[in-house]
Amino acid sequence: MMTYFPEEVVEHIFGFLTAHCDRNAASLVCRAWYHVERMSRRRVFVGNCYAVRPERVAARFPAVRGSPTSPISTSSPPTGRPRRALDRGLRLLPAAAAAGGRGGRAGGGCGGGAPLEELRMKRMVVSDECLETLARSFPNFRALVLISCEGFSTHGLAAVATHCRHLREIDLQENEIEDRGPQWLSCFPESCTSLVSLNFACLKGEINVAALERLVSRCPNLRSLRLNRAVSVEALSRILMKAPQLVDLGTGSFWVDHRSEAFHRLISAIERCKSLRSLSGFWDASPLCLPAIYPICSNLTGLNLSYAPAIQGSDLIKLIRHCWKLQRLWVLDCIGDKGLAIVASTCKELQELRVFPSDIYGAGSATVTEEGLVAVSFGCPKLHSLLYFCHQMTNAALITVANNCPNFTRFRLCILEPKKPDPLTNQPLDEGFGAIVRSSKGLRRLSLSGLLTDQVFMYIGMYAKKLEMLSIAFAGDSDKGMLYVLNGCKNLRKLEIRDCPFGDGALLENVAKYETMRSLWMSSCDVTLGGCRALAAKMPMLNVEVINERDESEESEESPSDFHKVEKMYVYRTIAGPRDDAPDFVWIL
Amino acid sequence: MEQGFRKGQGKCPQLLDLIRNHGDWRGKEKRVVKNGVEVEEEEEEEEEEEEEEKLELRLGPPGKEEYWVAERKEKREEPSLLSLSKVAKSNGSIPCFGSKRGFLQDFQQQQQQQQSHERKGSGPPTAHASASASGKAAGANNSSQRRTAAAPIVGWPPVRSFRKNLASTSKPCVESQNRRSENESEKKGLFVKINMDGIPIGRKVDLKAYDSYEKLSQAVDELFRDLLAAQSDPLATGTAEVKEKQVITGLLDGSGEYTLVYEDEEGDRMLVGDVPWNMFVSTVKRLRVLRTSDLSASFLRKVSRKRAANEC
Repeated sequence: MMTYFPEEVVEHIFGFLTAHCDRNAASLVCRAWYHVERMSRRRVFVGNCYAVRPERVAARFPAVRGSPTSPISTSSPPTGRPRRALDRGLRLLPAAAAAGGRGGRAGGGCGGGAPLEELRMKRMVVSDECLETLARSFPNFRALVLISCEGFSTHGLAAVATHCRHLREIDLQENEIEDRGPQWLSCFPESCTSLVSLNFACLKGEINVAALERLVSRCPNLRSLRLNRAVSVEALSRILMKAPQLVDLGTGSFWVDHRSEAFHRLISAIERCKSLRSLSGFWDASPLCLPAIYPICSNLTGLNLSYAPAIQGSDLIKLIRHCWKLQRLWVLDCIGDKGLAIVASTCKELQELRVFPSDIYGAGSATVTEEGLVAVSFGCPKLHSLLYFCHQMTNAALITVANNCPNFTRFRLCILEPKKPDPLTNQPLDEGFGAIVRSSKGLRRLSLSGLLTDQVFMYIGMYAKKLEMLSIAFAGDSDKGMLYVLNGCKNLRKLEIRDCPFGDGALLENVAKYETMRSLWMSSCDVTLGGCRALAAKMPMLNVEVINERDESEESEESPSDFHKVEKMYVYRTIAGPRDDAPDFVWIL
Repeated sequence: MEQGFRKGQGKCPQLLDLIRNHGDWRGKEKRVVKNGVEVEEEEEEEEEEEEEEKLELRLGPPGKEEYWVAERKEKREEPSLLSLSKVAKSNGSIPCFGSKRGFLQDFQQQQQQQQSHERKGSGPPTAHASASASGKAAGANNSSQRRTAAAPIVGWPPVRSFRKNLASTSKPCVESQNRRSENESEKKGLFVKINMDGIPIGRKVDLKAYDSYEKLSQAVDELFRDLLAAQSDPLATGTAEVKEKQVITGLLDGSGEYTLVYEDEEGDRMLVGDVPWNMFVSTVKRLRVLRTSDLSASFLRKVSRKRAANEC
């Protein structure tokens, strides 16, 4: 019946559909709806940058203004070392530029091209040239969000600051940015008063503090400001005096002599920030400086102390006691089980908890065990998102947690020692994780660790019906494990597996499944080159990429046999065909 | 552990071999199709193996075995798939891959069994080691647990590199005063061992004294030039005539006789020069000067090409 409505009415109705999945679904109903939907879509989400050619995106959606894109999970666990990382390219940028120019020709109905306004990239290689092209092509550009990206420097930031006069947001999260000097902050023109969010916490070098202060002074709408380590406490105090309206603050270096005037100025400055709800940063923070934030702790809904290893359990406890409205807490494991018990008794509104390892090799002085997690589960019934690095976990604890908190959407548990069993019973943790998936029916993301057999995968396949992302390491006994998951988890989108005994049998049993998923990653498993080739031959809509990093020392003249086990394999659905920016050590089958 | 997995490679009857030897293929078919007696016998055999597996390391509940056996029974009843696939294979496409009961499964199961036997040979020691380690750790402190645990595994725990780098560069600053006026570099030096191929005596070098790879490379040259000269002509020491000492160059781009590599905190050997200097300093544990000829020539050509490109 809807097809008898004029297009303008349908378009108006579609305007109420904001979720990408809803718009995608609507576009599948009939040709008319497909046409209306594509002409009116303003924002595009591309989960995997290699799944579709940018030109095709531009051609289909000529009115796209913002392109939040979040590409592939290229390495799991993250390899971090440049030579081993997969190479990626910022492909959508030229397309966005093209979309801007082509809009008029393709659509007809949207007036002269839609300029790009928002860009969000994750795990991409972004160059300074890209940023400069972006800035020059789209003077109306509003929001740049880069997460875990690399390949650019402060020169690129300078280009964006210079040319984008109506910039609202620059959000740089955990990127590797080359420091080419502090001038970029001075590049914001005096006329720029529109900033709402500025996050440069990951920048390693010095910055021009005076320019920053002037910028902050002239942006009355600034809500979120995250500084880097180069900003001193004195500078922070001055900035806060100019921006007491801040809602989210990432401090710079949080160290000052607590007996000094500077410390008292800091306290006064923070006290004025009545709207502050979220704090992070605390680089080099010493426990003696923490009391500076006590005045506003009771307003905080978010607190990230995971960059402050000097703040140990007892100081954390003193601080947490003030934060009874906390919804999101990120800490290091030096909080200890005792500290988590205090969190449990104080933070009744807690929804998200992340406990990071303070010592990557697991030999820290104070750490957390299952006790801390159990305590939090008793005290914080609203908990639904968890990332927990610990030394040990028991089935009993997991079952208790499952009973107390049936609302998990994200549950990521990392027991630092691979394949570690329940220390009380020496059993694998199958039953514990089984309880979690059985009780949290809305679970979307799960990461497993500890000693696990095929049994846990049977539970996951049986109960985790809403699961979208699963990360597995050092688990399982046979192909059956992987098959339970592939056959059972109807909503599975991303599957990452490392060091598990899954081979060609598991890979090739249910190949149609991979077309319903975004991607599959397997490393150090039993999958052979022959198996990968078979998969590639069978499924043309999948890209099968094999990464072998040993070709340096081994004869690269001889092509390895089909029985050769692949080190890393990445499979993803695509309509773009094989990519052309793969480095030498990636073989596309 | 990873080595254990790879042991099974090449020792099991591989699918392609079986396809090529039509005789074996049909032989298997006959066994499958024949009367119930033979099928049962085979299953018994496998059940025995299963039992062994169970005793060796099964930790799951008993119900699992029944499921597995039932599945195998079902598969035995679909011999027609085998011949279909044989024809299909010659065409290059394998249509029945999409179906649930792929013909591969029979062979893969056998393959797996053998592989898993071999793997499990190396598996239990690890499992037991970690079990006993954790048992001890219940009372013992964490550092002993760390020593009994396996060597650090690449990419584990799954912490973002940004955070990992933070962990190595940040340090608790409880009482330090003027630290902010310096940059993050510590006042005390960072001495790492450096050894050179062919020279029995190593040196130590203070990385804090340099701020770039070029300077480090020069320092390495100066450190070892004399030793290298003495090595090649031991009689030269002590004579009045000073032999022309060879300057050691090309350490970073593969063009010299020697190349500089380092070992990072995870124990891996890495080529010097890929990461920014500060990151290198925070992760390096020792240095080595290797003969370039020992590294693969093609690899080094790639590296030098890439580096040249980056410098443009």
